[in-house]
Amino acid sequence: MHTVTRPIIVFLCLGLLLLLLFPVVGSSFYTGLVTKIMILSIFTISLDLLIGFTGLVSFGHAAFFGIGAYLLAILFGDLEQINYWWSLTLTLSLTGLAALLVGWLCIRTSGIYFIMLTLAFAQMFFYFFFESPHFGGDDGIFMMNKPQINLATRQLVDLDNEHHFYYFVLAWLVGVYLFLSMILRAPFGHVLIAIKANEQRVRALGYSTPHYKLVSFVIAGTIAGLAGFLEAAHTSFITPAYLGWHESGMAIMMVILGGMGTLFGPVIGTFIVVLLQDFLPEFTEHWKLIMGAIIIFVVLFLPNGIAGLIYSISNRFSSREPGGREG
Amino acid sequence: MPEIILRTEHLCKNFGGLKATDDVSLEFERGKVHAILGPNGAGKTTLINLLSGELQPSSGRISFKGYDITDARPEKISRIGIGRSFQKTNILTGFTCFQNCWIGAQSCLITSMRFFRPARHLRRVHRRADHALQLCGLAAKRNQIAGTMSYGEQRQLEIAMMLATEPELLLLDEPLAGMGAEESQQVTALLRELAREQTLILIEHDMDAVFSLADRITVMVDGAELETGSVEQIRNSQAVQDAYLGHDDEEDAA
Ligand SMILES: Nc1ncnc2c1ncn2[C@@H]1O[C@H](COP(=O)(O)OP(=O)(O)OP(=O)(O)O)[C@@H](O)[C@H]1O
Ligand SMILES: [Mg+2]
Repeated sequence: MHTVTRPIIVFLCLGLLLLLLFPVVGSSFYTGLVTKIMILSIFTISLDLLIGFTGLVSFGHAAFFGIGAYLLAILFGDLEQINYWWSLTLTLSLTGLAALLVGWLCIRTSGIYFIMLTLAFAQMFFYFFFESPHFGGDDGIFMMNKPQINLATRQLVDLDNEHHFYYFVLAWLVGVYLFLSMILRAPFGHVLIAIKANEQRVRALGYSTPHYKLVSFVIAGTIAGLAGFLEAAHTSFITPAYLGWHESGMAIMMVILGGMGTLFGPVIGTFIVVLLQDFLPEFTEHWKLIMGAIIIFVVLFLPNGIAGLIYSISNRFSSREPGGREG
Repeated sequence: MPEIILRTEHLCKNFGGLKATDDVSLEFERGKVHAILGPNGAGKTTLINLLSGELQPSSGRISFKGYDITDARPEKISRIGIGRSFQKTNILTGFTCFQNCWIGAQSCLITSMRFFRPARHLRRVHRRADHALQLCGLAAKRNQIAGTMSYGEQRQLEIAMMLATEPELLLLDEPLAGMGAEESQQVTALLRELAREQTLILIEHDMDAVFSLADRITVMVDGAELETGSVEQIRNSQAVQDAYLGHDDEEDAA
């Protein structure tokens, strides 16, 4: 794992400052777009916990994003008043439970078999929602209201206000980043990172590696569910496409492009991919070709993604060698 | 009466039609160095893999301090105090030496499912990791990336990682293989030092080392125990001469 060196902290703080100031200058359209990107970033960060830190390449991670979104819409979509605390707690616990079941079956396998199993599970969930008229089928499902965030009787955040929503999501993004940094620095994270490097040896040193992988899978799934919850609350409209393998594949691409095993890399990757998707079509109808070329370029010449590039630049500023995981 | 720390009873392991371990019943005494000799393919590594839980036996029993551990998994075996080193170097090449040992040392926690406080505050784990490095003469290489070290040093790290778990019984699979003369001497001295407190089961092709370290020797051929005895007995055994020691020169040359 990369150490978060001082120049990186400065870089991250600058990024945060930009995000904090953006709604002041950005139009309503862009504020909404960046909100969407930040929600997706929470999703891709959670995938980085699996791919970049545990060595589990899940090709079905979008299932948990979709499950989170659908749970909010199905369980609470018809209510006049949606209590944020209850709906969040219930959505996250149920998504976590789904991740526990899927993970329990999948972590027995590794490599290509793990990829195939996670994909198969995600497709099952996809067709479940796609074919159930009760939950909107392929048309998807609408939500009438947004969750209300009240403490006692006072409203803390008004999710109908786009600026409120923006800062609310930003707070969650920062929170998720700090939470994952914390568990990765803790004994748990050290074991995960070692499992990624050499699972057999870690097992021989006394760790029940399947349990650690499962816990990691559940944490990642639950955070993906959180992103789905936020997305459903943001757009008030959920379709089965959220769970499709296309979404899972895009998320993997964002993680790799941004730099896996860094936590902040996937955020950068998400911004780049979504912005390119939005702006390239304005310039050329062959935008998908250009997009493909950019990805090939990054994978070939920046093996550690954009974050790797940032690290090598930052190392020029700091005389100290990154000392490894200790710091 | 000597205490038997580990015992195998009619242990068998088949790979398809091949009997890699064939009805092996052995007793290992606490505090002794018990060497296992045998030509290539005799089934020495397979035996270690059975003892360490890496493989499950086809039949037979293994007991450690009286407890049945026949079906125990590697993590369980490590936790009850049996450490092993691998014949084929099995380290985390992208990590520093210290980080490699850290993972071994951290298994002293009852569980590593701890999510809040940074691991680096764990003084005890620090001490254990550094102690293991020091024992193996790698203190100076503490922050070097393991994959960039010489082969011999990587072999030393292999042992250090096991020592960081502070095992009672050590299963060593050719710890000296591929080491230079000087490193080899260092590690032999280390093994002698360890043997004062711990029990060692040692697989090694280096006869000088085996004869100088071992209290007892078992010779294996084709998965089965050929003979077990003291160093003198094995040195003078005609069966052993024929089966193994006779080929020693060829093997060394090979
Ligand atoms: N996983 C396996 N599957 C099939 N056959 C195996 C397996 N592991 C070992 N064998 C076979 O079992 C026999 C014993 O192998 P083993 O590695 O235990 O020998 P060894 O005594 O350690 O030899 P060496 O001195 O070369 O290390 C060999 O014939 C080997 O080919
Ligand atoms: Mg062997």
